[in-house]
Amino acid sequence: MNKIRTQLMLCGGTGCESTGSERVREALTREIEGQGLKDEVEIVVTGCNGFCAVGPVMVVQPEGIFYQKIKPEDAAELVEEHFLKGRPLKRLFYKEPASKNIIPRMDDIPFFASQMFRAMRNKGLIDPEVIDEYIARDGYFALAKALNEMTADDIIEEMLVSGLRGRGGAGFPAGMKWKFAKGAEGEKKYVLCNADEGDPGAFMDRSLLESDPHAVLEGMTIAAKAINAHKGYIYCRSEYPLAIRRLGIAIAQAKDYGLLGEDILGSGFDFDIEVYQGAGAFVCGEETALMRSIEGKRGMPRPRPPFPAHKGLWEKPTILNNVETLVNVPQIILNGGKWYAGVGTEKSKGTKVFALSGDVSNIGLVEIPMGTTLRTLVYDIGGGVPNKRKFKAVQLGGPSGGCVPEERLDTRIDYEEIVKVGAIMGSGGAIVMDDHTCMVDMARYFMDFIQDESCGKCTPCREGTRQMLDILEEICLGKGKAGDIERLEALAHVVGKASLCGLGQTASNPVLSTLRYFREEYEAHIEEKRCPAKVCPNLVKFEVDPDLCKRCGICYKACPANAIIWEKKQVAVIDKDKCIKCMTCYAKCPFDSII
Amino acid sequence: MNQTSHPVHPDISEEMWGKIDKIIANGKGKPGSVIAVLRESQEVVGYLPTELISHISRGLVLPTSQVFGVATFYSFFSLTPKGRHTVRVCTGTACYVKGIKEAIGRIRNTYGIKEGETSEDRKFSLEGVRCLGACGLAPVMIVDKDIYGEVTSDKVINILEKYE
Repeated sequence: MNKIRTQLMLCGGTGCESTGSERVREALTREIEGQGLKDEVEIVVTGCNGFCAVGPVMVVQPEGIFYQKIKPEDAAELVEEHFLKGRPLKRLFYKEPASKNIIPRMDDIPFFASQMFRAMRNKGLIDPEVIDEYIARDGYFALAKALNEMTADDIIEEMLVSGLRGRGGAGFPAGMKWKFAKGAEGEKKYVLCNADEGDPGAFMDRSLLESDPHAVLEGMTIAAKAINAHKGYIYCRSEYPLAIRRLGIAIAQAKDYGLLGEDILGSGFDFDIEVYQGAGAFVCGEETALMRSIEGKRGMPRPRPPFPAHKGLWEKPTILNNVETLVNVPQIILNGGKWYAGVGTEKSKGTKVFALSGDVSNIGLVEIPMGTTLRTLVYDIGGGVPNKRKFKAVQLGGPSGGCVPEERLDTRIDYEEIVKVGAIMGSGGAIVMDDHTCMVDMARYFMDFIQDESCGKCTPCREGTRQMLDILEEICLGKGKAGDIERLEALAHVVGKASLCGLGQTASNPVLSTLRYFREEYEAHIEEKRCPAKVCPNLVKFEVDPDLCKRCGICYKACPANAIIWEKKQVAVIDKDKCIKCMTCYAKCPFDSII
Repeated sequence: MNQTSHPVHPDISEEMWGKIDKIIANGKGKPGSVIAVLRESQEVVGYLPTELISHISRGLVLPTSQVFGVATFYSFFSLTPKGRHTVRVCTGTACYVKGIKEAIGRIRNTYGIKEGETSEDRKFSLEGVRCLGACGLAPVMIVDKDIYGEVTSDKVINILEKYE
């Protein structure tokens, strides 16, 4: 008989996979077999652990030892030391960057310690491709309760009590949406899951789908019961092949177990789910555009009302919920809406998952209670800004959101509070920027994104974003004129008020929020033809300041065009004829000595 | 013998037409199947020549304008031929903040291609993609199916030189 005493929870999320977790798995398997430990030590490939920055990562259960940056070459030593001799391998432990303290257990690492796992409760604990492991963690218990013990009204009531709001960004109460769709007349209704995670810098839904696909299916099936739908679609980006594959496996297994399909759990209720692959259009994250896309048309939004709850997919009543919203549903049903609402602020309940990235030490996926401050997110969990640089802003909400500066970091995470400081909750992307980030360039970046992704249907968005982008590009090129800022503000007002859908209505937010907090940077670009962060190539000199240069030669080694003249103990000089203005030396110089 | 009912195109072999006709037969009559049919056909041929789009619209009994409209709306579809290797650079915010722009600049200087273009020798096609969701590795580049993390401007050309 097998007597597994230890499980190695090896992360197989996208981040760890691309840093080589598959090769680590092969090496570990070989070593475990070679040492005759096959019946005692088991490797479980899990979904995203969340701490992508130090991948590949592995957690040894039951003791909870956390190993980071494992290489295939480490396997022999690791297996011999830890699993044969019982001495965990310190060399691969997490080391806190600031204090240099070694922390062996996952729960003690500050990155994890301040988090609260609800949506991500199964991450790193189960094999997402094995349904039994999900069931062992109370999976599908909520579905059984919803189908056998609850009426549709009971389910909706529980959702309303929970206060769960749409995690896709808009924050509409999920229970209300369901209530409208339940009340809508129509024989056929649909439940849709929005897995078209389009915001750049957001990867929460990807990780949830990859690490816990059954939770999405269970949430959708409960929603189906609440509105009496028998067909559902998961609209997933084609950029997420692993998520699509795991959803396919999960659907097949759930059907096999009678948890999806006809007569689910003998309750007489039928529900089927299909995965629909997107084809690359950011606007399809908008609900009416997404539905058009499933219908096989160009994904263009249409005016509302009628709202999808009355006329959605194929003109039938439809609800659309985001992945994170749906993942929370089973636990609300199982533990009660009151339990869920026990955490959070007055109007924002529960937890929120953020994808923390950019210029921050601990990049990864983070779940925190609503009401936590942004400062806790960036500093306590994120570990602050690395490389001795200074924090400048954290960007929330993607192209619809805004940049929050240092002086607003004590803002609490709450739908309404975040709007007050000029950003939006959004789907959960949180990108930290250090003082080497040019805020005008950032605004230009987001406007370029929006302009490119505007579907072209309504004029304010199509033409307005073009005009705004033109102005921002000129400013970054050093051709900004007096009055540009005012023109941007006037355009922002029109685009925001007159656009048809959320994409256009929020398109100006990145410009407005950077103008609000970093207006002087715009002015420096326009009036002094100077880029304070030294990012815009036309506004820097490509010269070395001899007083700041520490003569280290880092720029010399980094320059791809051999345009830097340097010898030991000499100040570097840039040969402007050879320089290709690639900005590499600016990025590499630790002393900001290139001006 | 069955007469071939498809157009002639230098980039599409007889075998490919066979696969395409199967894909069309699968999608026929299914509402909303056009995006899936286009995707699978593109996987067979590598891109979507105009003749192929017309063939698909006839097969699915949909107006050519509608199929053409779909094919040009979504960034996943390409109406022009691709290089032997597809280089996808992530232009998501995290990658942008961490310096993908500089890496793209190096590719442009070295191979003479901008985003959306294919090099003259048809070796590389460069595509800018909106966030691959691997922000922990920023800046990220995918060549065919190989993912590369922390692709800074000083590393990017070394990586690409490995491809034939």
